[in-house]
Amino acid sequence: MNSFFARKFVVQGIFIVITLILLTRLFYIQVISDEYILSAENNVIRRLPIYPARGVVLDRNAKILVQNEPVYDLMIIPLEVKPFDTLEFCKLIGIDKKGFDRRFKKARSYSPYKASIFEKQLSVQIYAALQEKLSNFAGFFVQNRTVRRYPDSIAAHFLGYIGEVNQKVIENSKGFYNQGDYHGITGIERSYEELLRGRRGVQNLLVDALNRPKGTYADGKYDTVAVAGEQMISSLDKDLQKLGEQLMKNKIGSIVAIEPSSGEILSFVSSPGYDPNLMVGRQRGNNYMTLLNDKYKPMFVRPIQAEYPPGSIFKVVNALVAQQFGMIDENTYFFCPGGYRYGRSSFMGCTHVHGSIGLKGSITESCNTYYGYTYARMIDKAGMRPINAYKKWHSAVSAFGIGTALGIDLPGERNGLLPSAEFYTKRFRSDRWGSAFTISLSIGQGELGITPLQMANVMAIVANRGFYYKPHLIKAIGEKRVIREEFLKKNSAGIDPKFFDVVIDGMSAVVNQASGTAWFSKIPDIEMCGKTGTVQNPNGKDHSVFVAFAPRKNPKIAIAVVVENAGFGATWSAPIASLLVEKYINKKITRPKAYMDRLLEANLLPGYEKIIRKSDSDSSNYKKGTTQPKKISNE
Amino acid sequence: MNKQRSLFFNVDWFVISTYLILCVIGWFNIHAAVYDPMNPSIIDLDTNYGKQLIFIISAFMIGFAILLFDNKFFNTFSPIFYGTSILLLILVLIIGRNVGGNQAWIPISSFRLQPSEFAKFATCLLLARYLSSGNLKVQELQTQLIAAFIILLPTGLILLQPDAGSALTFSSLILVLYREGLSGYFLVIEGICILLFVLTVLYNKYLVLFGLFITAGILTHFYRKNRKILTLIGSSLLFSVLFVFSVDFTYIKILKTHQKNRIDVILGKVDDPRGVGYNLNQSKIAIGSGGLWGKGYLQGTQTKYNFVPEQSTDFIFCTVGEEWGFTGCFVVICLYLFLLIRIINIAERQRSSFSRIYGYGVASILFFHIFINIGMTIGLIPVIGIPLPFLSYGGSSLWSFTILLFILLKFDSNRMGII
Repeated sequence: MNSFFARKFVVQGIFIVITLILLTRLFYIQVISDEYILSAENNVIRRLPIYPARGVVLDRNAKILVQNEPVYDLMIIPLEVKPFDTLEFCKLIGIDKKGFDRRFKKARSYSPYKASIFEKQLSVQIYAALQEKLSNFAGFFVQNRTVRRYPDSIAAHFLGYIGEVNQKVIENSKGFYNQGDYHGITGIERSYEELLRGRRGVQNLLVDALNRPKGTYADGKYDTVAVAGEQMISSLDKDLQKLGEQLMKNKIGSIVAIEPSSGEILSFVSSPGYDPNLMVGRQRGNNYMTLLNDKYKPMFVRPIQAEYPPGSIFKVVNALVAQQFGMIDENTYFFCPGGYRYGRSSFMGCTHVHGSIGLKGSITESCNTYYGYTYARMIDKAGMRPINAYKKWHSAVSAFGIGTALGIDLPGERNGLLPSAEFYTKRFRSDRWGSAFTISLSIGQGELGITPLQMANVMAIVANRGFYYKPHLIKAIGEKRVIREEFLKKNSAGIDPKFFDVVIDGMSAVVNQASGTAWFSKIPDIEMCGKTGTVQNPNGKDHSVFVAFAPRKNPKIAIAVVVENAGFGATWSAPIASLLVEKYINKKITRPKAYMDRLLEANLLPGYEKIIRKSDSDSSNYKKGTTQPKKISNE
Repeated sequence: MNKQRSLFFNVDWFVISTYLILCVIGWFNIHAAVYDPMNPSIIDLDTNYGKQLIFIISAFMIGFAILLFDNKFFNTFSPIFYGTSILLLILVLIIGRNVGGNQAWIPISSFRLQPSEFAKFATCLLLARYLSSGNLKVQELQTQLIAAFIILLPTGLILLQPDAGSALTFSSLILVLYREGLSGYFLVIEGICILLFVLTVLYNKYLVLFGLFITAGILTHFYRKNRKILTLIGSSLLFSVLFVFSVDFTYIKILKTHQKNRIDVILGKVDDPRGVGYNLNQSKIAIGSGGLWGKGYLQGTQTKYNFVPEQSTDFIFCTVGEEWGFTGCFVVICLYLFLLIRIINIAERQRSSFSRIYGYGVASILFFHIFINIGMTIGLIPVIGIPLPFLSYGGSSLWSFTILLFILLKFDSNRMGII
């Protein structure tokens, strides 16, 4: 035995103490603290979003208006990148060295371990070329995604476009959107966003330290599948829309066509328009700026945002309201000496000296004098103070959907303007004003503002003899073809059906009788009822307006056409409308080619001769996104 | 026949059982660490766990062979073992393969030999032989110097590789010297040095010096009548001040950046779980996520998906922690503690001081490996790359620990025969 035998216990004591220290520490990090369990989950579980396909939009005959097309995002994991031929790479994806360095730096600063987008939306061609050589470029891979594709390049204003969400949208969405998601910004993409976007799925993946997927977490127990966006069946007729856009080329204005029996919008043209494919792809930002700076404002949705004094077409409304008020009937005649004299020395001119003229004739021949008298009766001889009579008239006109937004399923609809009695009291600094003060309302001029949609809706009311459905662009949602309740509700215009006969007689004569203002636009075998209008334009040439419905019996279509700076309604708007009506009802056009060519070739842009060269170069500024098909449109 | 039977009678079956249990635990955890849930395979000799099976079997055969050697063999040939390992350590510096920054391996066909592993038992043997020869006293300076030389020669050669982790294991032999009579002050001094080192790295050196002078001042006040203690305080103070300055110098000038980083991470000076703290952080996460009962065999996610580096070698304890939880860790650590205490007891029951000293060497070296390895995986000490005895993957380490242990068992089985 050794004299230091006792030191055995010191050594063993040291072993025991150290063991206790190790066990205490282990107990702390394994049992007491839960920090490490959470870290472990963060380490190993990647919540991978699965993007749903956005809903497809079809026309009323189930033809595709907008669909999804695959594009390819080039992704990068900076840490895995190994030296490679940068020059070749840049050439393949069409960027320069500087652009490469900038993108690489951005990706690196985001995260060296995680994948981020290096270049968005490669076209199929570039993707194909790159795919062959991708193995030379370690650290890069391709992820596919879908973008919107518009096969016919039509109906841009109606469809709208989608874009990346901004910070504000992300915050307001309560966690639905993430950075880099897309949402609808205009058109039905926006108004039906909640239905179109679908529901994102989540896949919980186990990944290893290099972020490589290694399998599903808990056998997919917590995964959710992506639900594709609802399919939208729009009310639009693709062929009609296409023809309308062709006819409106090089013209400023709108076409709105409505099916009176349902309120479904058959055509929704805003001119000048743009190719919706411009708002997709890598050149989107440039194209957007070019469109924004275009002097003809192609982004402006004229059918619901442009307000015009309606001009003569408003006579239809006044004729109906006056009958309903009992102020005139079909046998009421006034004498037209070539104008209407009111007040002490004021005179509202008429187009012709009509002599003695009845209600039907006043519509057919658009007599201003007749409506001067009619309006004076409604306001001054109603057996009440003129201001109260005006209020009554105001509410009767409002029932036609004038002066307030109709509530179409598109964002940005304007109310238009139907001035209130208070408006005039304020203007005249007295409530003692009569018809003479507001006489231009009798013929649709003055302070009135009506959108083309409201004009078409008035025609739908006439076609239906007294009621309308809220105009809308989506007739059925999803597989179950759901339709919104509000679009099934009949809205009354407050006019007895019997008062329409005479007005419709007059409107039929406008087109089908040689003395009518739109005789030139008669369709051979369809009885179209219409009304021309010429809107005084203080800034230039008058605007040409034509509203109509057809056929007279059992109407199928109500239409409003506005061509700005085009003069008489009969010259430009009426022929355009007649072609569209014929196309819609007969599915073909029988008018001579020259008739159509005149409309197709006309350039009615203000001062177009001076700018024609410039507009050519303008259009070449629109860089086609790389996802463009070769043939862009048949324009 | 008679001799054989007595051999098996006298071998300590407690140690052998513990050894085997630890090897098996190690094998299962290596299997779990390299197990790929996407391509599960049973036994494949190309994988780490397949090779480890061969290592375990061959190690056991080596151990058994050692039991058959003559008792005198190890004592007699200890200088040759020692000389051979010193030669190998020099050789490895010349022809060795550089793996992971350390020139520590000599390639022999498809396997690699790590001479520093074999230097451990060789040094133990020679130290035991030296200290047990003649009538030496460990308290004498000459003895201390020669013992230090025996220990420091391989240490220095290993440091040249440079493999600081393996080199540090030799410092554990101070426990052997302590048992043989080295003054307890050395242990205290070692403790104080570690404390001063940590404080100097962690805080400003002037702050530490200020604290030292305050402490010395207070002690001087209490012992102002005792001249002997005053001298002691004075020299300690001088030594401490020099030590602090040298640590500061070493830390800034000599330590490599990665070594400095590892120390910084442990001391909490940097908080960078993605960068220099990655290993440690991932290791703690793996063990910490095991909870009380663990995730179950082959169910660990952190170790399986390579979050933990070196998961089948130095960080094998992470797999134990993750898949078997605190319970598994408790069992493994208790097995180790049992083994260590048993070895000390075996050492004390030896009749020859050679065997006893050797036994203490075995216990010290095992203890150091266990404490440093587990301590590093749970963030108690800096990341030092040394294996966990019997559990870590690797032929060299398993064989060397087996040889280390079985030589002692051989001595023990013959303890009755030696007067």
